Amino acid sequence: MNKARQNPLNSFAAHAALITWTVIALFPVVVILINSFKTRKAIFREPLALPSADSFSTIGYETVMKQGDFFLYFQNSFIVTVASLFFILLFGAMAAFALSEYRFRGNTLMGLYLALGIMIPIRIGTVAILELMVQTGLVNTLWALILVYTAQGLPLAVFILSEFMRQVSDDLKNAGRIDGMSEYAIFFKLVLPLVRPAMATVAVFNMIPIWNDLWFPLILAPGEETKTLTLGSQVFIGQFVTDWNAVLSALSLAILPVLVLYVIFSRQLIRGITSGAVK
Amino acid sequence: MTQKKLTGLLLATTVLGSAVAASAQDVTLTIESWRNDDLSIWQDKIIPAFEAANPGIKVQFTPSAPAEYNAALNSKLDAGTAGDLITCRPFDASLALYDGGKLADLSDLEAMANFSDVAKSAWQTDDGSATFCVPMASVIHGFIYNKDAFAELGIEVPATEADFFAALDKIKEDGTYIPMAMGTNDQWEAATMGYNNIGPNYWKGEEGRLALIRGEQKLTDEAWVAPYRQLARWGAYLGDGYEAQTYPDSQNLFTLGRAAIYPAGSWEISGFNSLVDFEMGAFYPPVQAAGDECYISDHTDIAIGLNAASPNADAARTFLNWVGSAEFATLYANALPGFFSLNSAPVAMEDPLAQEFVSWRDKCNSTIRSTYQILSRGTPNLETETWNASVNAIKGTETPEAAGARLQEGLASWYEPQQ
Amino acid sequence: MTTKSRLHIAVFLAPAVLVYTAVMIWPLFNTLRLALYTSGEEGRVFSGLMNFRTLFGDPRWSESFWNALGNNFWFFIVHMLVQNPIGVALAAILSHPRLRFAALYRSAIFIPTILSFVIVGFAWKLILSPIWGIAPSMLDAVGLKSLFAPWLGKEEYALTTLALISVWQFVGIPMMLIYAALLSIPEEVLEAGEIDGITGASAFWKIKLPLILPSIGIISILTFVGNFNAFDLIYAAQGALAGPDYSTDILGTFLYRTFFGFQLQLGDPHMGSTIATAMFAIILAGVCLYLFAIQTRMRRYQF
Repeated sequence: MNKARQNPLNSFAAHAALITWTVIALFPVVVILINSFKTRKAIFREPLALPSADSFSTIGYETVMKQGDFFLYFQNSFIVTVASLFFILLFGAMAAFALSEYRFRGNTLMGLYLALGIMIPIRIGTVAILELMVQTGLVNTLWALILVYTAQGLPLAVFILSEFMRQVSDDLKNAGRIDGMSEYAIFFKLVLPLVRPAMATVAVFNMIPIWNDLWFPLILAPGEETKTLTLGSQVFIGQFVTDWNAVLSALSLAILPVLVLYVIFSRQLIRGITSGAVK
Repeated sequence: MTQKKLTGLLLATTVLGSAVAASAQDVTLTIESWRNDDLSIWQDKIIPAFEAANPGIKVQFTPSAPAEYNAALNSKLDAGTAGDLITCRPFDASLALYDGGKLADLSDLEAMANFSDVAKSAWQTDDGSATFCVPMASVIHGFIYNKDAFAELGIEVPATEADFFAALDKIKEDGTYIPMAMGTNDQWEAATMGYNNIGPNYWKGEEGRLALIRGEQKLTDEAWVAPYRQLARWGAYLGDGYEAQTYPDSQNLFTLGRAAIYPAGSWEISGFNSLVDFEMGAFYPPVQAAGDECYISDHTDIAIGLNAASPNADAARTFLNWVGSAEFATLYANALPGFFSLNSAPVAMEDPLAQEFVSWRDKCNSTIRSTYQILSRGTPNLETETWNASVNAIKGTETPEAAGARLQEGLASWYEPQQ
Repeated sequence: MTTKSRLHIAVFLAPAVLVYTAVMIWPLFNTLRLALYTSGEEGRVFSGLMNFRTLFGDPRWSESFWNALGNNFWFFIVHMLVQNPIGVALAAILSHPRLRFAALYRSAIFIPTILSFVIVGFAWKLILSPIWGIAPSMLDAVGLKSLFAPWLGKEEYALTTLALISVWQFVGIPMMLIYAALLSIPEEVLEAGEIDGITGASAFWKIKLPLILPSIGIISILTFVGNFNAFDLIYAAQGALAGPDYSTDILGTFLYRTFFGFQLQLGDPHMGSTIATAMFAIILAGVCLYLFAIQTRMRRYQF
């Protein structure tokens, strides 16, 4: 390797820049976390101080835990998110492969058609979607949410994945064809492993809006058995919010699971990225 | 492999979910509401009281956040998945639901006899021929103050505007307390706790409000511009950076004892009681000159109606009759001090601050918020514009006269009696 | 290969197209159709393009629309000028082969992106709040207290402040995409550059940047689509009225207010759909411009 690429001054500047932005990125999260463990008076007196023996309090968490079955809510959110991601990635990659690999009449139009969905806020279709779920008997089931999120995630998935699939070398696929592999085998065995970084990226991007969505759980699955975590914790962010202990605790609790999910996916993401880079 | 497991899991959840719903033999009524703050009061006090008296009927209270309530409810009503009982906003929002066939006519409900025409007016057709929601409560506007702070600074409860501003000056001079806790970030406080709080004294309550609806007064008249003029003076007494101060900020400023006066609605009482460690008092909007008659905003705020598509209409009517009873009135008014019963039967309340608020009904003339009936039916929406104008007045970015002229022009653009 | 059955193309496309058409396209276009109707005395009346004439002809509507569109462009410009350059820069630093703690930085910087708008709105309102005093006291500590203003409450600053909060939240997305693109640049290309004496910063400008241009193109169009559909952050921080005095109103909040109604204002699905159709046209125009003009040209440079 070349020495020019590891100049100590450059390295110092690199770390300085990264640390600066890391601090900026984490500061608001830290503010919420530390204040969720303080008494109400302390939250207002010294918002930046760490909880001390004097100001430490878990009253907010106690209030939150009394309300509703947070474990069930978490489970619902988890099932919906994971299932939606699975379908987005599978269906999205298949469609992206068809668009990027084959020349057929209407290819560009199909690509555009599959992108239309992200250009209109899906909220305005709410009543029509709800009617559809009523007709199919899916209201108040997790399937209703999974279907909506899958549809919602597909445009972006197809868009990003087809960009990446165009970069997969043709020689490789043609070699596979000469070896007598079917188109399905080429897709699943050759192409999919190569676009793993892009798949992980799509997964992370889609995970966030699905996990954090409040609107469709509220409309499509508001029942106690199907409530998601975001909807469940929304009880605290209401009309006459004064209980900041509870709000801050609920927010902290809402941050944790998605953080864990991200850590799980980011391992995949990094593994994918590096394996893709090595080629 | 993971796919199979997942599908199995999903299937199991779905089946389980529907099994739970089907196993209930009793009639279960679901209440749609925006009052998610009242969840525990409904679950622990109100619903058990009803269920004990009416075996075979179960009730579920399923609130959503106020900001999403109207949108979520309308979507669910359109698609037929809304609950049996619908908490009603006053006036047009509910009237539109009734006109659209979403709310059932409740004129023949026995409990309706327990309410005066004024109490029912917010949930009736314009001609008063049909009533579609059972009134639950009204809220009263005024000012809540920190009694300890007033005592410390030697301030009397102000009766006139001059007293009021003298008191504010004194608090400001002393510097220990922020004179008044209100912000303009969320906008609605400026109109609701500002303009419609102090305004009735100028436009003489119902007299002015009805004249405006009939087109006999205009928003450019002195009576409607003067409240903006007072609001313009408020800016100087609000906390630093009030432009970005939110509603919860204001509540916290006051309940932590950092502000002396809080322009309020009576609904704050129950929340504030659990947060403050000083004594609170309340006064009604000070009048222009000593001896003037006083007017208060005693606003019909919340009611409950029947989803016209409900399969459990009989059970729901039983529940609604109970909501119209004196028993419910006492239960509700005491569980939520500051939400005053609209029932004709007198209700004994224990909370001293709530008693103070409700005592103004005897001293002053009651009216409701000026923008709620009929006048906010068109585009531009008068209520929304009033929020905007009140904020502009406080910040001094629009003169009171200009605000009045802008609102009048907007109203006249679609409201015939004003043209 | 060309003579084989082409059934597999349909098989690859079918699941996505079916789900997407049934759950997204059909409901959306069924709703957009309402733009051509008004609610009359007896139900829905076909009115052709009258709603569009109202939206663009009636000053009460058109002023709100142009205000929201203008604000939306500013929102987008801030993202393009701040978010994407920072994202590219962070990715460039992170992709340095010998950098220590890269995984840690990458994860930390991505954290804001995974937070819900409710949390983001709440946290930043707290920090910027003049009442709570975090921002004022921090500025005080470095002797710049006089610079503090209640930014979210001032017409002239509120939109830019919110755009910067949004940048803070989403900078992880361009960072990750560019990072992935940088890592997939073959080592041989860089080594060939080194042999020619192109290293360090000039290697970035002369070799890497042209190679990641397609990714920058994707980011730009994603930013464009995302910004013109944005709604949640403004709604969480400023409410549906997008105050102060509509200075933070963007197309998404304007649409929501109109379509679903707000406070005493009843929802108007017809005008709402009209606005949504106008938004759709704007976004579609942008995407087509990208697909047909920019993307094809970029591809030509690539090889």
